Amino acid sequence: MSPNSTAVDVAATARVRPARSLRLRLRSRSAVAVLMCLPLLALIGGLVAYPFFYSIYLSMLNKRETAFVGLANFAYLTTRETFWMVVRMSFLFTFLAVFWKAVLGFTLAVVINALPQRGQRVWRGISLIPWVMPLALSSLGWWWIYEPTHSALNWVLVVVGISPKPWLSDPFWAKFSVILVNIWYGTPFFMITYLAGLKSIPVELYESSAIDGASAPQRLRYITLPMLKNIIAVTMLFSTIVTLATFDIIRVLTRGGPRQTTHVFGTYAFELGIATGDVPLGAAVSLFMFPILAVSAFFILRGIRQSTA
Amino acid sequence: MAARGARRGRRTAALLLCYVIIGLFVVFFLFPPYWMALTSFKTNQEIESLEGIPFVIQKGATLRHYQDLFTKTDFLIYFKNSVLVTVPVVVISMVISVLAAYALSRLGFAGAGVIGTAVFLVYLVPDSLLFIPLFKIIGTLGLLNSKWSLVLVYPSLIVPFATWLLIGYFASIPKELDEAALVDGANHLQMLVQIFLPVAVPGLIAATIFAFTVSWSGFLYPLAFTFSSDQQVLTTGTVTSLIKGDVYHWGGLMAGAILACLPPVLLYVFLMDYYISGLTAGSTKA
Repeated sequence: MSPNSTAVDVAATARVRPARSLRLRLRSRSAVAVLMCLPLLALIGGLVAYPFFYSIYLSMLNKRETAFVGLANFAYLTTRETFWMVVRMSFLFTFLAVFWKAVLGFTLAVVINALPQRGQRVWRGISLIPWVMPLALSSLGWWWIYEPTHSALNWVLVVVGISPKPWLSDPFWAKFSVILVNIWYGTPFFMITYLAGLKSIPVELYESSAIDGASAPQRLRYITLPMLKNIIAVTMLFSTIVTLATFDIIRVLTRGGPRQTTHVFGTYAFELGIATGDVPLGAAVSLFMFPILAVSAFFILRGIRQSTA
Repeated sequence: MAARGARRGRRTAALLLCYVIIGLFVVFFLFPPYWMALTSFKTNQEIESLEGIPFVIQKGATLRHYQDLFTKTDFLIYFKNSVLVTVPVVVISMVISVLAAYALSRLGFAGAGVIGTAVFLVYLVPDSLLFIPLFKIIGTLGLLNSKWSLVLVYPSLIVPFATWLLIGYFASIPKELDEAALVDGANHLQMLVQIFLPVAVPGLIAATIFAFTVSWSGFLYPLAFTFSSDQQVLTTGTVTSLIKGDVYHWGGLMAGAILACLPPVLLYVFLMDYYISGLTAGSTKA
């Protein structure tokens, strides 16, 4: 600023000063912002992005990690019958579990929502217990439930006159058992999100449809389902990711057995990569999950954007 | 009159049906924890016996399994390790998340949108995708078979969701508040601590519960990164190390599982509304 400033200059600086200080402030603002995001960025970079690319690199090494073998590990896996069993089981597990969690979670949400307001809290609270218990530990409880001679499930079957089942030692029942535990664990999550969705539907819609004489199934078909379409889809996609990535249940209940029939990507990768020490092959198995995760993530993001737009 | 009576009758029947359905769900949901708790109080003799109805205790309850847990196993070490891991994980995760959420929700800057999307995508990355490269990285850092490796890796499972959750809470705070504070000459850190945090307490509680639960329940990472008994946490210790010994180890095993489940379950019971608001934050936004 010139030392011999006139009245005009003073007026001008008075106009300029707020603008400049705002710009300064903005600049310091983004500096502060970047600084505050730095720990987050370091975390994502160091513990998610870098390991991801590192795992691609690892998957292209030989077992002793001394030579680069390109896509040989992936090619080798596709020639193994066990690997295809893992792929089929992963898809079967994910598909059946997500489907039943959605159906049961929706049913429970609708039923709880139909109760008098006061009771809802209690039932909602109780229903969330399976979700709250650490899964590895509740799987341990299920392991005991499935025990064939001294435990609960076969006792009930015998009492009602059905022959006891070898829950975890027969391939079919072992698959059934691990999927059932996942449904037990995940249904509460579906219930709670669908219930929140049901609460967000304006009551007037139901009131006016009642005046028009719509029956309960009609209201479900023409009001509830269309209004919840987005939540139903996003929750199922989200659950697809989490369910495909299952580890705890299968590791605790069957360790992939009997005869590798219940392995999914996560447990098989653990078996190869950590338990038997073939890190590159284990990394390759894990990476097979990635395309499905990426597609699901894409649609989740789109679903969320659509509903906020 | 008759029509109204019929309608009321139909409504009562519908309500009754609702209670029957809920009853079935509650039995399905609560049977495993009930069975676990019941078994933990039964004598070995009774667990082994095939007589009578197994769903009640007939021959007297016992605390022996709990006693043995504390005196004959490493259970207390696992418990201590779980606490030693979870406390720093929660603190570190919350600090990182609060700073990032504040910056992303308030200090509109170039790249904020990209980072926000990246945070959300990272939240979708499951632990079973990256445990093998992380196993190698932890080996390189010399942290293999150390519980501290978990303090390093757990925040990556927590921070993305916690940040995303807090952005939602911060965004609901009126902008006038921070403008007033800025005029008063407060810097961003003061503003965050003195204005945002007090208003966002429900969000902070929800995020803290989430952080605690993830860290306490984690199973894959501790299973992959730690193996000796003195480094194991509750989940892996209970599942892998308590199994040894007795043929009828079920009582002790269930006692361990029940005790290990208690902290997150109690937290849920006392802070249910915060827990649920955190859980549904995603869906109501979706």
